Amino acid sequence: MLDNFDFDVIRRSLPYLFYEGMTFTLTLTALAALGGLIFGTAIALMRLSGYKLLGRIAGLYVDFMRSLPLVLVIFWFYFLVPYIGQWLTGSPRPIKVGAFASSLITFIMFEAAYFSEIMRAGIQSISRGQPAAANALGLTYAQTMRYVVLPQAFRNMLPVLLTQTIVLFQDTSLVYVLSIPDFLGAASKVAQRDGRLVEMYLFAAVVYFTISCIASFGVRRLQSRIAIIR
Amino acid sequence: MNYNWNWKIFFEPNPMGTGTYLDMLLSGLWLTIKTALLAWIIALIFGSIVGVMRTLPSKAAYWFGFCWVEFFRNMPLLVQLFLWFFVLPELLPKAAGLWLKQLPNAPFWTAAIGVGLFMSARVAVQLQAGIGSLPRGQKMAATALGLTTVQGYRYVLLPMAFRIILPPLTSEFLNTIKNTAVAITIGLIELTGQARSMQEFSFQVFEAFTAATILYLLVNAVVVTAMRFLERWVAIPGYITGR
Repeated sequence: MLDNFDFDVIRRSLPYLFYEGMTFTLTLTALAALGGLIFGTAIALMRLSGYKLLGRIAGLYVDFMRSLPLVLVIFWFYFLVPYIGQWLTGSPRPIKVGAFASSLITFIMFEAAYFSEIMRAGIQSISRGQPAAANALGLTYAQTMRYVVLPQAFRNMLPVLLTQTIVLFQDTSLVYVLSIPDFLGAASKVAQRDGRLVEMYLFAAVVYFTISCIASFGVRRLQSRIAIIR
Repeated sequence: MNYNWNWKIFFEPNPMGTGTYLDMLLSGLWLTIKTALLAWIIALIFGSIVGVMRTLPSKAAYWFGFCWVEFFRNMPLLVQLFLWFFVLPELLPKAAGLWLKQLPNAPFWTAAIGVGLFMSARVAVQLQAGIGSLPRGQKMAATALGLTTVQGYRYVLLPMAFRIILPPLTSEFLNTIKNTAVAITIGLIELTGQARSMQEFSFQVFEAFTAATILYLLVNAVVVTAMRFLERWVAIPGYITGR
């Protein structure tokens, strides 16, 4: 069983696992969460804008993304992004897109659908009187959103947004299907090179588990601290 | 876009000799459905047990439920599948490990059990919330009528709770279907896997993925429609959704 468990393979590969793998995973998570939030907020605003066509398009996008498996979406963008790049830049052949850029675009587009639903709920949780009051004060639509509605919606939804980011952190492991060395990809590369699947996969599981556990514990604390007493 | 579209590719024979490319995708769809259904049954069974345990007065039961949920929720599904597929056979006694490794259809069983247990944590949380949403009086009334704890859950709490959480359970079922695609990493050639191999054989990337996308959307639509009927059928009279 654990008699020939080789702890040394973990120790030896630590620098590679964390400097390369975990850096990739965390950077991807942070940038995708940020991009997804911005893009998702835009989609939520489109859905709530009152323009039927705009709302319809945004709604279709969200439903479409949410009914596809992430793995399929990763493949889609991996093959599609070079062609879109070619179309945008007008170059004669599909442009080369790096592993990081490709997965970043994928996750931003995919997570935007989920973040938009959260932001939509957040915006709808603001009472009607607030935008009405802002309007009465003479604020424009953009100013109302920027100074009145969105800051509150964001604050109300912060715990949910962070929980979704933890899910995103776990989901980034799926870039494995493109053989990209994120944390799990790096662990699996070492595992296959040294024939140490058990050690590396157990270690990866422990690391993911620890980070997610601490993060969700932090979110729970935050939730009780920022809860608005009504 | 200088891409050679060829929509007739679906009706050309595939190199595996199992009919056309379309047959290939459809067999992948069938495998996706089979895996998802088995995984969903596992998720419902374990999720119900764990969800109930989290509402019992017993501290030990609560903690078991808590650990179960945290364990399956805080690890990426991909890592969990790797643990079941690559690590578990090595940690078991030699004979059992060997039996596991030589199991025919190992990716299918691993995927169904792995995705099932992963989803069971989510079902458990939903069920716990459903039971928690019932008025306290229901449990008390059950006790006052002389029902044992088991009977109280069986005849009073669970029939209500399951009907209340049916809408979120629908989206968890949809998630189960989507999550089976992760099993492509342990060699399960389901719908996404078949689209991927079609792309590798025929170089028609976008046709293959478009077809897979449409099939996923269809499955989604069927499930959503069926569940809407079920929801209407089991709706609790007196609740907003009821008749």
